Amino acid sequence: MKQVFGIVVQPGTSREEKKTGWRVFRPKFKQEACIGCRNCHMFCPDGAVYRIDKKKFDADLDACKGCGICAEMCPVDDIEMLLERN
Amino acid sequence: MAVEEVESRLLAYGHTACAGCGEALAARTVIEAAGPDVIIANATGCLEVFTTRFPRSAWRVPWIHSLFENAASVASGIEVALKALERSDEAKVIAQAGDGGTADIGMGAFSGMLERGHDILYVCYDTEVYSNTGFQRSGLTPLYAHTTTSPAGELTWGNATRKKDLPSIAVDHGAVYVATASVGYPQDITRKVKKALSLSGPKYIQIHCPCVPGWGIESHMTIRVARAAVNSGLIPLFEIVEGNIIGVRKIKEDERVSVEEYMKLQKRFSHVLKSPRGKDLIRQVQSIANLNIEKFGLLGINE
Ligand SMILES: Cc1ncc(C[n+]2csc(CCOP(=O)(O)OP(=O)(O)O)c2C)c(N)n1
Repeated sequence: MKQVFGIVVQPGTSREEKKTGWRVFRPKFKQEACIGCRNCHMFCPDGAVYRIDKKKFDADLDACKGCGICAEMCPVDDIEMLLERN
Repeated sequence: MAVEEVESRLLAYGHTACAGCGEALAARTVIEAAGPDVIIANATGCLEVFTTRFPRSAWRVPWIHSLFENAASVASGIEVALKALERSDEAKVIAQAGDGGTADIGMGAFSGMLERGHDILYVCYDTEVYSNTGFQRSGLTPLYAHTTTSPAGELTWGNATRKKDLPSIAVDHGAVYVATASVGYPQDITRKVKKALSLSGPKYIQIHCPCVPGWGIESHMTIRVARAAVNSGLIPLFEIVEGNIIGVRKIKEDERVSVEEYMKLQKRFSHVLKSPRGKDLIRQVQSIANLNIEKFGLLGINE
């Protein structure tokens, strides 16, 4: 008989809970002045920022909580925090 | 939206850490540095709670939670089991906990793990407060920080004790590798985790992680605050291999800040700045930073 002590859940399933409703602000990656420093990518606590190209990044809004770290850490002001409207 | 890069992270999104959580960034950095071939034993605390809200999990690696106090013991059991099964080469064992889980209630288990010499990397996410239960003081809470159990009032100025020197305690147990890191410098965390995992024996890394609600900062300030702690000298970043300091992160002249500038960023110290005794209190905190600067040689350039 197989016995399981405790609770076993499936890996990576937290992704079923989208973070859309958490945000007050959302980041807008202007993709104009990017120098490819990767700060936004490296400092995102939720791993929401992804790389499109060497000098082009964006945030996955299913994962983003709108903390604003990417915008603060961007050395060339290429990310803007906009008020969520919905 | 389902972007492949975001979907495939070892610590998945969708967990319930606060926006801007320093501990979440540190944990993501650690697991991405360690890679998929690990088994994690996690103590109770924010990291455990926000990554495994029933019936879901954010982890994509084998991960187990038992109690608040015993992550080091559970990890020890896993390490010994892997040895007995002759499967130690298949996975590295990581134990992880908050500052309360490490410096206070888990101290005995942590000490035992180090003493027995298990091949484990123990990571302490130091939020300087029991974050998960509403910000009670821990042994790693710094001097004069307001917490719910060291409240600032008319006759008190917040936490009356200094931060416990846990890295030295680990060194004195004979840990093969002891390092401090900060979420303000993720590349440094990555390098230290990789280095630790390349050595066999007990290893300890303590990562300083700002807590947005616990420290009273805005969610976008996490990195700025973490860096100010390092650049004030209050959180020295060093590496100790077999008892010898082999490297420190120097404070660059143009990045150096006073402890007052660091404290000003956070609500947990606001009473200090307002107090008539403020100057004296700040001087005491500055002297802790100065001692670190002297002890670890944080100023100047690397030879
Ligand atoms: C034996 C025991 N006592 C108390 C608790 C309640 N408790 C759960 S998490 C926690 C605080 C964890 O703080 P820390 O270890 O600093 O981790 P953080 O939440 O800061 O990441 C406490 C007191 C518990 N789970 N078990």
